[in-house]
Amino acid sequence: MFTIEVRGLVKRFGERTVLDNLDLTVHQGETLAILGPSGSGKSTLLRCLNALTPFDAGQVRVGEIVLHPGKTPHEVAWQIRRQLGMVFQDFALFPHLRAVDNVAIGPRLVLGWPRTQARELARKLLHRVGLEHRAEAFPAQLSGGEKQRVAIARALAIGPKGLLCDEITSALDPELKWEVLEVLADLKREGLTLVVVTHEVGFARRVADRVCIFAEGRILEEGTPAEVLDNPKTPRARKFLARVLS
Amino acid sequence: MMGNVGYGNKSCGGASQARPASCHLQATTPRLFLLAMLALSLTAAAAVATTPAANERVAAQLPPLRWGADAEGGAPYIFNDPERPDELIGFEVDIVRALEKELGRRIEHKQYDFKKLLEGLERGDIDFAMNGLEVTPDRQKRVRFSRPYYVFKLQLVVREEDSDLRSLRDCVARRARVGTLENTAASRLLEQLHLPVQLYDSQVTPFEDLAVGRLDAVLLDVPIVLYHARNKPGIKPIEPPISGRGYYAMAFLKHDEELARQFDAALEKLIERGELRRIYEKWGLWNSSQEELYPPNRFGLELEQESAPPAPLVGWSFGNYFPLLIRAAWITVELTVLSMLVAVVVGLVVAVCRLYAPQPLRWLALGYVEFFRGVPVLLLLYFLYFGLPAIGQVLHWDVALRWSPFVTAVIGLGLNYAAYEAEIYRAAITAIPQSQWEAAASLGLTRRQTFRYIILPQAVRIILPPSTTDFIALFKDTSLAGTITVVELSKQYQILSTSGADYTALVEIGLATASLYLLMAIPLGYLSRWLEARWHGGQLAEGHP
Repeated sequence: MFTIEVRGLVKRFGERTVLDNLDLTVHQGETLAILGPSGSGKSTLLRCLNALTPFDAGQVRVGEIVLHPGKTPHEVAWQIRRQLGMVFQDFALFPHLRAVDNVAIGPRLVLGWPRTQARELARKLLHRVGLEHRAEAFPAQLSGGEKQRVAIARALAIGPKGLLCDEITSALDPELKWEVLEVLADLKREGLTLVVVTHEVGFARRVADRVCIFAEGRILEEGTPAEVLDNPKTPRARKFLARVLS
Repeated sequence: MMGNVGYGNKSCGGASQARPASCHLQATTPRLFLLAMLALSLTAAAAVATTPAANERVAAQLPPLRWGADAEGGAPYIFNDPERPDELIGFEVDIVRALEKELGRRIEHKQYDFKKLLEGLERGDIDFAMNGLEVTPDRQKRVRFSRPYYVFKLQLVVREEDSDLRSLRDCVARRARVGTLENTAASRLLEQLHLPVQLYDSQVTPFEDLAVGRLDAVLLDVPIVLYHARNKPGIKPIEPPISGRGYYAMAFLKHDEELARQFDAALEKLIERGELRRIYEKWGLWNSSQEELYPPNRFGLELEQESAPPAPLVGWSFGNYFPLLIRAAWITVELTVLSMLVAVVVGLVVAVCRLYAPQPLRWLALGYVEFFRGVPVLLLLYFLYFGLPAIGQVLHWDVALRWSPFVTAVIGLGLNYAAYEAEIYRAAITAIPQSQWEAAASLGLTRRQTFRYIILPQAVRIILPPSTTDFIALFKDTSLAGTITVVELSKQYQILSTSGADYTALVEIGLATASLYLLMAIPLGYLSRWLEARWHGGQLAEGHP
């Protein structure tokens, strides 16, 4: 079973505690949507899960791999990143590579595939996110929605079991957001485990199995979309949702 | 067969020089210091002209005569007294003092670049030139020579341990590398023998290079050998000097016949009274060849005879100088490309050390940048060429750091430019957003892979424009290699321009040289702009299809 388990996670930036003794479990194939005001620690949690940011206390387990506080050995980081892909708010595509090569670079360098085989896979993945016709374009020639879909294909290329999505639609125009969210919905149907930090309450309600609302590094509310989004228990969560939905 | 080479009169086209003045007092002395010495020697000019009390009256009536000579590194002809650096000494200084008395007229020394002496005479900057000028037929067409005041021979100098190199014949048999001064009787003789010649413009440095093994032999005028090679450890002159002779004489303007006659008469008196001999004996330059200067040998006549039929003055025509320029231009290209290669590789390593290496290495890289940016390239070239072998000799290093001039130039220019490249690369690498590193890391790329495949290719696009500018600058800086005997384009121009060409030819050669530089530099600029446009237009520019 591929499970993501977070136990007593603490992350501090200087005096400020960003993640405050956090416990969280994501089961295989589950889609977890994380909502919350900015600065509540949502993105930091994703970065801790992927070993991009070291943490101060607690433990993270991804499948068989366990992360401990402090610097993560490269070998462990490498293993965890093969299990969990990541998609960023600002796309972070490699501007000097064509779309197809952005996707192919992971298999080529990380899995050591030959170039033609890697590009073949890349084309398949681009097809999956509806961008086969844009394979030869450079990132600068793509729209925001297209860029983010290439980024998703790139994250999928090394065959992860889960995907961490960090506000991946925040930089997009409203009409472009859905083409990206549709891709996520497809991935969920295919059985991928998704942890999605988002402000799209509509998406959370429709696609997520479970929703968390974060505040000040803690989980304020947790439950099914209906429970959390329609009947928030805490006044703080109510206030937040009212603001997001207005 | 070698024994009868009459080098003195067999000069080929172009004015020849018996003893090109050096720019270097000592091999390892930096040029800045030499400029200071030059300034000193200029102020010292007055010191030479001591007014003889007996002729004070006459001297007051006529302005002093201006004697053009190069005191820089000019021992034993004319040079600054090592003990009293503001005074000039030398056997020519002594002759001039004797002439002053004889003529009853003050003579002032005027510091003049040796290679430009005849031009200075023609321009009217000096009244006569006397500086080990060798009498040659083509020079005789240009100026009026006095009667000779010295008969010189050429002498071969070799390393002591090199026992199977004892004559020019051996040099030819062994295809030995022989060094000499450019545009001299010796250089022409070596060219006639088709030997690989290394040309210098200082008379000290060939001996240094011989001692450290860059050369197999040195061929130069006896006075130079006497003064510079006699007591130098490890090398020795071959006795006797090579037979055949040349003559030093003073040069006057053709229409200054009256003045020239006065000097001829004065010189003759000095010779008859044995004063000239005393001067030569004082300097250790006297030998039996000088007997030839004595009457009844009427020198001018005999010279005329010997040099007949005078070799036709070969003017530089496009057909004979252009191939030389092309060959030199190719050297320039090779120098530029290889130096840049060194600069790029070393620069990248230094930049990476500056950014990612552990602390001591990081400081070292910073030190490298500060050092090589702060030191003039010229000084660096001198150090690598002259300093390193000298240090190696003193410290008995096993590794001989005696690089050839070309290799020295490539290393020197490369190391210097590497400092600039390193800073460009560092700035460009830092300019790549951190998110690129994170995106690559999240895919599982190692830091090394990320640098190689993600960061560097993007940095190259930022690096390219300033780097091309550096490349063009380096292209022009290769002319500095001329100072350590690499005959690249600028040096070739200098050599041609001091080879007695007339002014129109000089302008023509100058234009041809400049055109070659431009012809090579301009395409580089276009290439850079094209690459820039390609990358920024295609891949990095924002815009939708």
